[in-house]
Amino acid sequence: MLSAQNFGGPGKMKEYHYTGAVENRFSPYAFNGGTVLAVAGEDFAIVASDTRLSEGYSIHSRDSPKCYKLTDTTVIGCSGFHGDCLTLTKIIDARLKMYKHSNNKTMTSGAIAAMLSTILYSRRFFPYYVYNIIGGLDEEGKGAVYSFDPVGSYQRDTYKAGGSASAMLQPLLDNQIGFKNMEGVQHVPLTQDKAVQLVKDVFISAAERDVYTGDALRICIINKEGINEQTIPLRKD
Amino acid sequence: MATLAVSRAPLAGFSFENCRRNVLLEGEAGKLGCSLPAARKTGTTICGIVFKDGVVLGADTRATEGMVVADKNCSKIHYISPNIYCCGAGTAADTEMTTQIISSNLELHALSTGRLPRVATANRMLKQMLFRYQGYIGAALVLGGVDCNGPHLYSIYPHGSTDKLPYVTMGSGSLAAMAVFEDRYKPDMEEEDAKRLVRDAIAAGIFNDLGSGSNIDLTVITKGNVDYIRPHDEANKKGVSLNEPEGCRLTGDYKYKRGTTAVLSQSVTPLLLEVVNESVQTMDTS
Repeated sequence: MLSAQNFGGPGKMKEYHYTGAVENRFSPYAFNGGTVLAVAGEDFAIVASDTRLSEGYSIHSRDSPKCYKLTDTTVIGCSGFHGDCLTLTKIIDARLKMYKHSNNKTMTSGAIAAMLSTILYSRRFFPYYVYNIIGGLDEEGKGAVYSFDPVGSYQRDTYKAGGSASAMLQPLLDNQIGFKNMEGVQHVPLTQDKAVQLVKDVFISAAERDVYTGDALRICIINKEGINEQTIPLRKD
Repeated sequence: MATLAVSRAPLAGFSFENCRRNVLLEGEAGKLGCSLPAARKTGTTICGIVFKDGVVLGADTRATEGMVVADKNCSKIHYISPNIYCCGAGTAADTEMTTQIISSNLELHALSTGRLPRVATANRMLKQMLFRYQGYIGAALVLGGVDCNGPHLYSIYPHGSTDKLPYVTMGSGSLAAMAVFEDRYKPDMEEEDAKRLVRDAIAAGIFNDLGSGSNIDLTVITKGNVDYIRPHDEANKKGVSLNEPEGCRLTGDYKYKRGTTAVLSQSVTPLLLEVVNESVQTMDTS
């Protein structure tokens, strides 16, 4: 969009160089869109993501889920630059195997989160352009959610949204799960069914207003029985 | 001869008085850490087609502000005159204002000539205005109508160039829509076939372009009749996918009880009014 930056002074336009070398810098990153969400309950965790892969105004794929299963009790959601998402999940899988072979046990959710932080920070000066959220069960069987920034800062949360529609989802989750900005409501603990319904409703609303979110919703529900996956259609426009 | 144009007569040369003010505003906004609001664009798919008896114009209904949907059901097919309509892509305010200005001027012109306005006249007025503003008005238009010389369809670009063609598309979804037209367009189609083709072209833009979405509006213009069909097709309903009859429906209850938002203090001031004078005035309703 044209702005006042094209204006050099009254009665003049800024000089524009029509001939000669034009520098088009190569960018190693691309933004592929997508939204991820994780919620931790008393004895369950939910990781959900939309399945649209886009670039610019086009759609690359309508069926590219952003949740990746790491262990029987942990799922990671990665959104941002798809190339870095793929490489990062491959690296995490390899490190999980190495740990299993050295220590003869599966990594716990907390250990995976700490490891991911170091992997991300090792690339502090050429970061992985990925917004990660880990959801799983901790050693006591309680739900756990760990949210990360692209260079490895992380914290344990009860619920977190990441990716392109995160700014739209997070306030609604703050209100419905965190009971923020409400007076005189009972703080009932979140049941699995209510959490799943909330996740569906929240993604339907995100798909209305965010152009990068849509096509389908993949929900991974993690509890002591294992990981259960559901796919629900969303707006395709 | 009295001047016909509603707007001021065009001044010689370009006046950039406000640009100096805008530079200062941008600087001040930068110091406060915020940026000036960006113009809302329609990020659109619009198209038009000439068929046997007239023209069919089609548009999607999504308006975007960056990559966030600002309006899920805006109207992109604008009235120019009883026999001429115009679809607009680009900056929403520019398409709205430009079509309204030309519509107003064209009505005055028609009253002066005493004839139904011609599409070529509207085209000439639009292109002369857009060229005068050297592309600063971001309006890309598809102009269609039926006049005494038959059905006509024009595409008009922001810098002021126009093309007179049997089928045109504009907007960010124009490539998707043109792909459908190039595959299935035939000259002298029937009305129902033409409507179906335009609907499919806009649907291609809606589903394959992120800047277009929601519903499909159609306008069918024939000699003596205009069908303004809004919406022609609700291609996307909230919470339901097009192909799933029993899709994901909103079932959560998100109502808030009275008192959920904290009331910090309350004061009631009764307004004591006394009747000073009473009079009855009859109205002529004949």
